[in-house]
Amino acid sequence: MTDKATPAVPEGDSVANGVNDRRTSYNDFVIRFANVNGSGSASANGMFAKALFRMGIPVATRNIFPSNIEGLPTWFEVRVSEKGYAGRREGIDLMVAMNAETFAEDVASVVPGGYLLYDNSKELDVRLRRSDINLVGVPISQLVLPEFPNPKHRALFKNIVYVGALSALINIDFDVITGMVSAQFKGKDDLIAPNIHALEIGRHYVLDYLVCPLPIQVRYSNGASDKILVDGNTAAAIGAIYGGATVCAWYPITPSTSLAEAFEQYCNRLRVDENGERNFAIIQAEDELSAMGIVIGAGWNGARAFTATSGPGLSLMTEFLGLAYFAEIPAVLWDIQRTGPSTGMPTRTQQGDLLSAAYASHGDTRHPLLFPSTPNECFDFAVAALDLADRLQTPILVMSDLELGMNDNLADPFTWDDERSYDRGKVLGADDLERIETFGRYLDVDGDGIGYRTLPGTHPEKGAFFTRGTSRDEYAAYTEAPEHYSANMDRLLKKWETARDLVPAPVIEEQGRLIGIVFYGTTALPIPEALDRLLEDGVEVDTMRLRGFPFTDEVREFIDRHEIVFLAEQNRDAQMKTLLVNDLGLDPARIDSVLYYGGFSISADTIYEQVSERLVEYNVPRLRAVGGGGRGTAPRKDREYRP
Amino acid sequence: MTFVVKPRVRHPLLPVNELGLTRRDYEGSVSTLCAGCGHDSVSAAIVQACAELSLPPHKFAKVSGIGCSSKTPSYFLSHSHGFNSVHGRMPSVATGANLANRELYCIGVSGDGDSASIGIGQFAHIVRRRINMLYVVDNNGTYGLTKGQFSATNDKGSTSKKGVPNLYEPIDLVSMALQIGASFVARSFSGDKRQLVPLIQAGLMHKGFAFIDVISPCVAFNNHNGSTKSYDYVRDHSERLVSADFIAPGAEITVDYDSGALEDVAMPDGSTLRLRKLDEDYDPRDRIQALTQVQRSAEAGEVVTGLLYMDADAADCHDVLGTPSAPLNALDESVLCPGTEALEGVNAQLR
Repeated sequence: MTDKATPAVPEGDSVANGVNDRRTSYNDFVIRFANVNGSGSASANGMFAKALFRMGIPVATRNIFPSNIEGLPTWFEVRVSEKGYAGRREGIDLMVAMNAETFAEDVASVVPGGYLLYDNSKELDVRLRRSDINLVGVPISQLVLPEFPNPKHRALFKNIVYVGALSALINIDFDVITGMVSAQFKGKDDLIAPNIHALEIGRHYVLDYLVCPLPIQVRYSNGASDKILVDGNTAAAIGAIYGGATVCAWYPITPSTSLAEAFEQYCNRLRVDENGERNFAIIQAEDELSAMGIVIGAGWNGARAFTATSGPGLSLMTEFLGLAYFAEIPAVLWDIQRTGPSTGMPTRTQQGDLLSAAYASHGDTRHPLLFPSTPNECFDFAVAALDLADRLQTPILVMSDLELGMNDNLADPFTWDDERSYDRGKVLGADDLERIETFGRYLDVDGDGIGYRTLPGTHPEKGAFFTRGTSRDEYAAYTEAPEHYSANMDRLLKKWETARDLVPAPVIEEQGRLIGIVFYGTTALPIPEALDRLLEDGVEVDTMRLRGFPFTDEVREFIDRHEIVFLAEQNRDAQMKTLLVNDLGLDPARIDSVLYYGGFSISADTIYEQVSERLVEYNVPRLRAVGGGGRGTAPRKDREYRP
Repeated sequence: MTFVVKPRVRHPLLPVNELGLTRRDYEGSVSTLCAGCGHDSVSAAIVQACAELSLPPHKFAKVSGIGCSSKTPSYFLSHSHGFNSVHGRMPSVATGANLANRELYCIGVSGDGDSASIGIGQFAHIVRRRINMLYVVDNNGTYGLTKGQFSATNDKGSTSKKGVPNLYEPIDLVSMALQIGASFVARSFSGDKRQLVPLIQAGLMHKGFAFIDVISPCVAFNNHNGSTKSYDYVRDHSERLVSADFIAPGAEITVDYDSGALEDVAMPDGSTLRLRKLDEDYDPRDRIQALTQVQRSAEAGEVVTGLLYMDADAADCHDVLGTPSAPLNALDESVLCPGTEALEGVNAQLR
């Protein structure tokens, strides 16, 4: 070990002397930062990702965090992909290991030939050394010690130092980073100089002592140059504003909290008029029951209202959801799904609430679900859900998840048509009531199962009715007569059929192949990469991305047309499969499930491997022979592959 | 069960109010509650109060939870919309309804089971939120619809119909409301219309959260000797503290008072609330004193009634939120949608 006063390259840490035999690659790696939460790493890591994005490079970020404020391990992962792969890929190419507690596990997660950036102020335990990876030691603690006397600042600036080191190691345009620092601390100019100084400390050290840049590096790209970088919850919040939501009631629960908070933040910017009047009402309720009750009260009284929650909140809201289904009240619920129940794993992602959402509540209930895959769809579906809720007079549940809701992803800039007007559904005003002879709240006048409603206070004489759950006739008069109950239930089914054509249609990419892969929500993110890998093996597939429940006829037809149908989802019980089987009356054997439920987002590797294994079992022919003799099987003559 | 529509026949001698409407125009459908139920007296008092105030009978939002009391909104103001919602969750529905349209008079009717047990959380939080509404609890100390179980407001030692004493401490919603910020708190008795009607009027005209706990005996399950919520017990043990009379703007003050110190309170709409204090030392604007008085009387087995506390200048939830004077449900795209240009600004910040 070298003299601590004069940092130098510890033995064996030189990249040039390591196992590096990689050819230089650009914009194609996975970097993971291992930190202790509460240490200020989030803003430094965010700055890193944003710098690459500013260079036009496609990035996808992932926070893996504990249910904790300070002291527990947290990871931040950035998928850098010129091809635009946004899904998770197994294996870390570059690990920034800043957490002693998880160090061993972090070192183990690096792919052979990958890089480990670590603080070598203390000598690395020999037991943790790996001969098949490259060690990139930067004595970060030693470097900050003389520069920042305040220990609290020192801890924060350690994060900035490794960003500075990375700028040289992977060749980030340093002006981009310093520009971001200047913009971020605009108005707090005394913070700019020390941050830039910290960046330079890291940068200069690696430039002086290590071989730079590494073979994995970045360069300017057009891959993301016309994009925005945004998380799904923010996109949904902005969409809710554009969609005309005026009432938001919510209860804090990760990972949905940031949706309500973003709604408030953007309302303060976009919904306060020149007189200072705030054209919105946000209530942080005492629990999710109340949040849903407020949404339903507001919807009953004609305001566009929504709530954002996650699995446990959805459970608490189920009684109200049933009431709103029967009482036919518009409501929008964003379920940012997480692993359940309780605390701990729930700060991880999952698509585990489908069944509890689709059939939430007692009695015969079913609710339309929307499945956004991208921030753009979060925006669009936020608007669509408000329209659908008014049109169908029923709760609409938007099934996002932690992966989409809380992580920054590339998106197209949001667009809006200024000519667009809201669909407020069938609401009778005072003039309408004057015109019609009889008003029956639950009369199916149009044959689509949807009655006309009136809002409180509309007319002095006409249109008032008493809202109840079930015990009513078509004119909203109290009755417990069986024929009225059954007729009402049948009308609600008719409304369900109407909903079938109104929810977003699936996105189908099809060229008459034998195999179809069905997926939805964030399971879509790793699909392009998984498909490319299957294609390398000579396997071509058609795809269908589901976006709404109930299912349109296209969904059934796609399944019918494919001999082998995979359905990839992120839960144990194949919940979407159950919905398909239930709603379309499918034979369960028609669908092969690809399942992942470990708490991370599903990776391209998982999809590729599970599909490949099954294809081997089915002895499915390939387009061409697979190199290396691994998985491939000879084509069967009786089952010609249809290109 | 059948739904009975009341015949809409107007007696020629029925007095009309300023809108040219009679009390009939403020009624609802025929009650299905037991004969003699206190709740029907409360509904009748609401009808009378609204008719006398000449409020437009369609400009109400009536909300309730589940239970005998929660059925009553269909027995008054049939020209207004009502919502019989979820057990214990009326406060949240009322909150949403009030947020959507602040111009409607919001009346919530609940019971002691609905508000003090399953809904105690929602009750507490709607008080905190200062929703501008009249919140009436028909308090009979028992679960009527499920046939006579003790409710959380039932006094310790008070007996069931079969003579079994209640073993648990009661929850006093009046004390709770006082403690967590209600700006209008009253207690009354369904058998005392003379006190109840003006209290309802004052509560309706009060801006902010107005709470009236009405002891409303259950003739089927809690009106026996040994019950502290029976007609006889309440008549014998009630102690009127402050009476209130609502006087419309510009109206001549002719109300006849027999005794007590008078005090006029100006209401936000220009009307006057005339308080009559039977105890001259009692100040209904002193929240701490009100709490003390209520607790002390309860300790003595007495039921203090009247307008116990009022802050006429309190802010309501809309004031706190800074919402516009127009109802939120009346705003359209032109106000709600920030448009393309603003969206480009949003995009620019996300680059």
